[in-house]
Order: sequence, then structure tokens, then C-alpha cells
Amino acid sequence: MTSDTVRATPRLTAGAVPDKSPPRRRRLGDLPIAIVFVLPAAVGFAVFYVWPALRGVYLSLTKYNVLTPPRFIGLENYRQLFGDHLFWNALKVTAEYVVLNIGTQTVISVLLAVLLHRLTRSMVVRGIVLLPYLVANVVVALVWFWMLDFQIGVVNQVIEWLGFDRVAFFGADLGIGTIAMINTWRHMGYTALLIFAGLLMIPPSVYEAAAIDGASEWRTFWRVTLPLLRPIMALVMVLSVIGSFQVFDTVAVTTGGGPINATRVIYFYIYDLAFNRFNFGYAAALSSVLFVLLAGIAYLQLRLSRAGESDLKGS
Amino acid sequence: MASIRWGRVAGWAVLVLVMVATLFPFYWMLRTSFSSTRSLAAGAGDLLPVDFTLGAYRRVLGLSSTAEAVAEGGSTGTVDFWLYLRNSIVVATTVTTGQVFFSSMAAYAFARLRWPGREAVFTIFVTALMVPPIFTTLPNFVLIKDLGLLNTYLGIVLPHLLMTPFAVFFLRQFFLGINASVEEAARLDGAGHVRTFFRIILPMSKGPISTLAILVYITSWNDYFWPLLVGKAENVRVLTVALGVFRSQTPQGSPDWAGLMAATLFAALPMIVLFALLGRRVIDSIGYTGVK
Repeated sequence: MTSDTVRATPRLTAGAVPDKSPPRRRRLGDLPIAIVFVLPAAVGFAVFYVWPALRGVYLSLTKYNVLTPPRFIGLENYRQLFGDHLFWNALKVTAEYVVLNIGTQTVISVLLAVLLHRLTRSMVVRGIVLLPYLVANVVVALVWFWMLDFQIGVVNQVIEWLGFDRVAFFGADLGIGTIAMINTWRHMGYTALLIFAGLLMIPPSVYEAAAIDGASEWRTFWRVTLPLLRPIMALVMVLSVIGSFQVFDTVAVTTGGGPINATRVIYFYIYDLAFNRFNFGYAAALSSVLFVLLAGIAYLQLRLSRAGESDLKGS
Repeated sequence: MASIRWGRVAGWAVLVLVMVATLFPFYWMLRTSFSSTRSLAAGAGDLLPVDFTLGAYRRVLGLSSTAEAVAEGGSTGTVDFWLYLRNSIVVATTVTTGQVFFSSMAAYAFARLRWPGREAVFTIFVTALMVPPIFTTLPNFVLIKDLGLLNTYLGIVLPHLLMTPFAVFFLRQFFLGINASVEEAARLDGAGHVRTFFRIILPMSKGPISTLAILVYITSWNDYFWPLLVGKAENVRVLTVALGVFRSQTPQGSPDWAGLMAATLFAALPMIVLFALLGRRVIDSIGYTGVK
């Protein structure tokens, strides 16, 4: 008790020190020097975050091809969106991608994290599973693009060797699934390590109690580990889903949105609108819709998963 | 107890499988890069390089003659990955230095200085964490274009040079945790805030600052979307953009696979080396960067 009070004291008196200064000094505190410290970041923030955000909203209300000044057209872009089958297609394709990517990634990552937690603390093993995350999306996409090539890709060689027909991994049917799996491959180790960090925070005593009660490994996982992991899982899921919605690189260097529109995800459609069709206003409107959509999804996820609460605190 | 042992064996089997699945594509990249593109079709399933040659590396580094490239079925477009490597280094180093330095200054002001409006300003900064990049990317492109900075280093680095909300947030957390009494001792000795920041706070936060620097460096190195928009010109083209361009060159109806794999390996290698040198710090950082 006493030691706690002593340790806490410096923080409390820190606020009391300026009392000796004149009143004006106290009101402004360290303002002059604070301005110096914050200024560069504040300029960066204002110019490259706040201003473009406001400008983005404005541009979404205009017809703008970058070369001539934007012309205000009100909500016309948003109205047009509703009738744009490419927009609905992009939304559908992106949703498919997110479901496939997040579904597989979450299952594999949880499994991997639990295995790591139960079996080893080796940095080498953790380093290996993290490796794909450290190389660029573009690199990962190209390697798989090559390995999954229809004619001479190694995966199709193996499939043929096993006696099956070759698979058109980047065709209209499988394209989006393939891209989802490629990104699952890149992110599973990283996500597993996030969950692993969460597992380390669960006190060993909980497992000991479960073992004394005679619970099997399987039962312990479902009844103890997973519920205690919920707050971490919720945050991991929110971050993964938001990231997943923004898939672009992999599509851009493999299928380019094709065949036809089978892999034209929202990000790619926005890029296409702005830089190939010079329809900046419309692209900006689409970005705004995506923003609102993501905010809504994140909010729902956090609500549903009660991310802020922990089951540990009650016990 | 025997059943648990079997469980461990099964667990290790899965773990080994995951590691093989993780490492195999890297091996395949290496194997293909030492092959001759022309021979790849014939030896598509060979585990070792087909017709071992360094031709692919010579092509992507701009050392190969056209005749030589044609003989191996490679791309004849002129590419110079040394140049793109230099550009990537320039961009990632500038972004990392600027962003970490200016963000740490701001983080110090938010964590340690007392000024009116501090909490409000910080809240606004953190809110920006939620905004998806695309929302600001298009207007930022317009801004960079209006400033006449398309296809310049400055245009590529500027949006991330002064801060990112994440960097400020990340460092503020650590500065808050530094014991105030150390700082007060320095203040009593007559050190100003600037001196305290450079002499005490920065050295004490070496760990988190280098962790952040590594993360920023990797992110910047791997970024594709932004440099694709503003830096397509050859003289400022970074590795990721160059890979995309190289991929779209299809000399014989299909990409120059050996060249492409040599190029991807060349682009990935610096990050792999960085990881091999600083692996533990990167791995340790995963816990709190994502979740906290």
C-alpha cells in the first residue's frame, strides 16, 4: 500500500509544479513548445488527411475528369450508383472474396496459433510462418500466379500427375476464390501470431483448473480458450475484415479484374473508374460509399462481439 | 497419456505441413529464377532449375543483350532493377525517417506536455485511423498532381512523410509509460523540453522507436497502390510498380517467368534479409501493434 502511494506521488505533483508560475502560464501550460512539437505532424494531418477527406466528399458531388475543373452535380453520382450493375457486381465479388478470405484465414490462424501455443516457443518457427506477410502483396501474387498457371504451373503439374484435369485457377469460376486463398496464405501466419499473443495473456491457472476437472483438450479449447480469446478475436476480425475489403494489389497484377468482371473488386473498380475512365467524381462517390460501408461493418462487428468486455475480469 | 503423445505428433505434423506450404513458394521462386524461360514448359514439374542459367538475373538487371534474351525466351523490354531498387530504398528510407521523427515529436507533445486542447486534437488524430486509405487517396492524387509533383520522389513520399495516425498513437502509448520522475529530474536540472525530448525520451524509447521504424519501412517498401498512381515514370519507379510493369510484358504470349521470378526475388530479398537480422523485434511487435 505505502509503496503504491509513494510511486504514485510524482505523477500527482507533476500537475502541481506549474502552480508556482504566474496564472497565464498555468492556463496555457506548455502551449508554445507544444506547438513546435506538434506542428509538422499537424501540417501533415491537415494537408493529407483532413483536406483530402473534405475534398473527397466534395468531389463525389461533382463531375470531374481531372483535366477540367470539377462541375457540381449534387447527388447525381450516388443516384447513378444504384443503377450501376458494375457497382453491384463489384460489391458482390468483394463480398465473396471477404467471406472466403476471412473464413479460411480465421480457421487456419486459430488452429495455427493454438498449435504454436501448445507445442513450441521457437522463434524460428514463428519467423517462418510470418515470412509471407513481410514480402509485398505484389510479390506473393506473382509467385502464385506462376505456380497456378494453367499450362506449366507446378500445381497443375501435380494435379495432372495425380490423374485429374487441369484447373483454371484464374478463370471466371475460381478466380476470386483463388485470389482469396493467395491472400489467406499471405496473412495466416501474421493473424496466427496476433491470436498467439492473445493466448499468452490467458493465465495458465485457467488451464490447470480445466485439467483438474478432467476436461479433454478438445473441450478445453471450446469451453475455455475460445471464450477467453473473444476480445482479441473481435479486434483481429474487425482489422482483418476492413483490410480484406481493400484487396487491390493481388487483383491488379494477376487477373486485372477479369475474366470479364469476375474479379473486379470494389477497390479495383474505383481505380479503374478514376484512372482509366477519368471519372473521378464517380470514383470519389464510390469511395465514400465504401467508407460508410466499412464503418457500419466495423460498428456491427464490435457490437455483436462485445469486444470491449473480457470474460477474465469477472472471475 | 499415450493419446496425448499422439496428439502432439499430429500437431507437429500439421505445423510442419504449414511451414512447408509457407516455404515452398519461396523455393519455387528461387528454382524458377535460375531456369531458362524457354525450357520451363518442358520441365514444368522438375524440382531443380531447368537448364540452369543466370540469364534471368542478367535480364532484369539490364545486363543482357536482346539476342541473349530471345534465346532464353525472356523479355526483351529494357528493365533495370538496380534503378528500381535504388528508388525503393530512397522512398522507404525517406518515409521512415520523416514519419518516425515527426510522429515521435507529436507523440511527445500528446503524452508529456500540458496544453489546452490536447485531448481534443489527439482524438481527431486517432479518428483518422478508422478512415480507409482509398477515401483520401484519390483527392491526394489530385493534390499531388496540382502541385506538379507527379513522378517525383517528393510526390511519392509526401503523404506519409510527416505522420500517420498509427505512428503517433503507437509512440504516445510508450511515452505515457515512461516514468515521469526521470523526466522531472532532468527538468529540475534546467533542461528544456527540447533537450529532455532528445536526451531522455528518445534514448529511453529506442526499442519502440526501432520497432515502429521497421514496421514503417516494410509497409513503405511493399506499398503498391500509391506509387502506382503517382510514380509510374521509370526514373522514380519503385520495385513493386516495376514488377507490375514487367508482368504485363508478354514477349511470347506469356510472361517471361524466369525473369519475373528473378525480379520478385530481387524485390523480396531486402525484406527477407532485414527480417533475418531483426526477426525477433518484428515478431515481438506483432502482439501489440495489431491488437492494442
